[in-house]
Amino acid sequence: MALKRLEKGLMIFLLVAFGILMMIPFIWMLGSSFKPENEFTIVPPTIIPNHPTFNNYVDLFAKMDFLVYLKNTLIIVLCSFVGLLLNALAGYAFAKFEFPGKNKFFYLILATMMIPAQVTMIPTYLIINKLGLVNTMAGMVLPGLVGAFGIFLFRQFMSTIPMDLMEAARLDGAGEMRIFFQLIVPIVKPVFAVQGILTFIGAWNSFLWPLIIANDESLYTLSVGLSLLKGQYASKFGLQMAGAAFMVVPIIIVFSFFQKHIIEGYTISGMK
Amino acid sequence: MKQHANSWQKYKYPYLFIAPAILLLTVFSILPIIIALVISFTDMDLVGLADYSNIQGAGFTNYLGLFKDPVFIKSIVNTGIYVVIGVPLVILFAMTAALLLNYGTSWLFNTFRVVYYLPSITNIVAVAVVWGYLYNSNYGLFNYILSWFGLPAQQWLQDPMLAKLSLILMAVWKSIGLNMIIFLAALQGIPRSYYEAAEIDGATGWKKLRFITIPLLSFATFFVTITTLIGWIQFFEEPLVMTKGGPLNGTMSMALFIYNNGFKLSDFGYAASGSFVLFIIIIIATIVQFLVKRKEVEY
Repeated sequence: MALKRLEKGLMIFLLVAFGILMMIPFIWMLGSSFKPENEFTIVPPTIIPNHPTFNNYVDLFAKMDFLVYLKNTLIIVLCSFVGLLLNALAGYAFAKFEFPGKNKFFYLILATMMIPAQVTMIPTYLIINKLGLVNTMAGMVLPGLVGAFGIFLFRQFMSTIPMDLMEAARLDGAGEMRIFFQLIVPIVKPVFAVQGILTFIGAWNSFLWPLIIANDESLYTLSVGLSLLKGQYASKFGLQMAGAAFMVVPIIIVFSFFQKHIIEGYTISGMK
Repeated sequence: MKQHANSWQKYKYPYLFIAPAILLLTVFSILPIIIALVISFTDMDLVGLADYSNIQGAGFTNYLGLFKDPVFIKSIVNTGIYVVIGVPLVILFAMTAALLLNYGTSWLFNTFRVVYYLPSITNIVAVAVVWGYLYNSNYGLFNYILSWFGLPAQQWLQDPMLAKLSLILMAVWKSIGLNMIIFLAALQGIPRSYYEAAEIDGATGWKKLRFITIPLLSFATFFVTITTLIGWIQFFEEPLVMTKGGPLNGTMSMALFIYNNGFKLSDFGYAASGSFVLFIIIIIATIVQFLVKRKEVEY
């Protein structure tokens, strides 16, 4: 018994030590984001600033256009929720309807999962260019709006809903759209919650397409703006750390709040 | 005609429901792969982009040119180094983290589950900004820690070999979380009775790990290996935001080579042919994985 307690103690020690190592970049980022510029050259470096200041955060909005970047990022987040709904609609059709060509369409969707992003990156840019969508919000959002993985997950969960439920609603004269929004969506709410959070995180972090498509600073997202800051203010560590914290902290809060659902969602989708 | 109208009425809704997804995936996934294949045999560049009549067929020139391009050869070697060092580290750390987290269920374990997961949802640019500062040769934390042990300051991102290792360390840190969750899900599926039976037979902690846990994780390990391998062959964002492929192409990966040729040099045809070489390497790596897996014992 004593040996078991010792083993558990050792495990907890390793868990905590390993975890603190993993957290170093976050701790370093947060601490440094409140440091005044002249505190960056001190040896030994301070983890908690001696003279904490909010100036770095203020400068994000004064020296850089972080308000514009934030607005663009939020627009992309909203659009990505439309994409989530399109995924759910498609998943619903594949789970609960019979129609000619159903399997062929489904395999077509699954096949897109196997194509590496690097292969489609350049032709997708050429297509967006041909459509005249370079340097527009639509050009940034459309390529990643729907995804095979999301459609697949919705299909998996919706296929367990009994057919009788929909038949009954149809007999009562409910339209197909109404059935979807008022009957199906509430049933698969847990999937929507998980997918919603993951969609939010993905859209908030979106970097590559905005980087390729946006030429004007007025269309930059937070991550593109942050990479611009990294280049322009290479020696201003405080400003850089504040910019990074501004991107990371909202995600940490949202994630900590919903983490139980997300991690369980992964577990469930992994089992299926 | 009437028959068509009838079947449209009958199947209207499912078709309407899948239409947006099918349309978008066709335009931005299926169509691009066809275009990529076509332009990889042409000399398409900015001139060709302006007027398609300027595009000339190039046969296999692009593909042959790739293998004479010292930067491309270097990017293949670098990608190989990333994969050979990075993939085993990710599997090892993700599995270790999952085993530690599976040990208990108290609030402590739940909290650290979040801690281990956080890096994988953190924005890559923010990661690059913070790690760039950690790696800074004058004011960075890592060199300060080295100085405790009397070790000389390192040029983390300026030395071609060390820069590769620095990027690997950062990428491993970032990819532990997601894979850990997959292992954790698999661990929670192992029946407790197996361990109890082994304990009656006098098995110790290490023996239980070696003869029960690791064999029963083989499917999860296989899944993580395949996805991690494919991901690391496409190693891209880390060198893009941290080093831009430098110093002296020391951190250039194949995916970054394709990006640079496509978007920096506007050499679309050449970049597309590079992307197909990458695609073929991914397919070969995946097939090899499945062949190796077939030889193993199933549980």
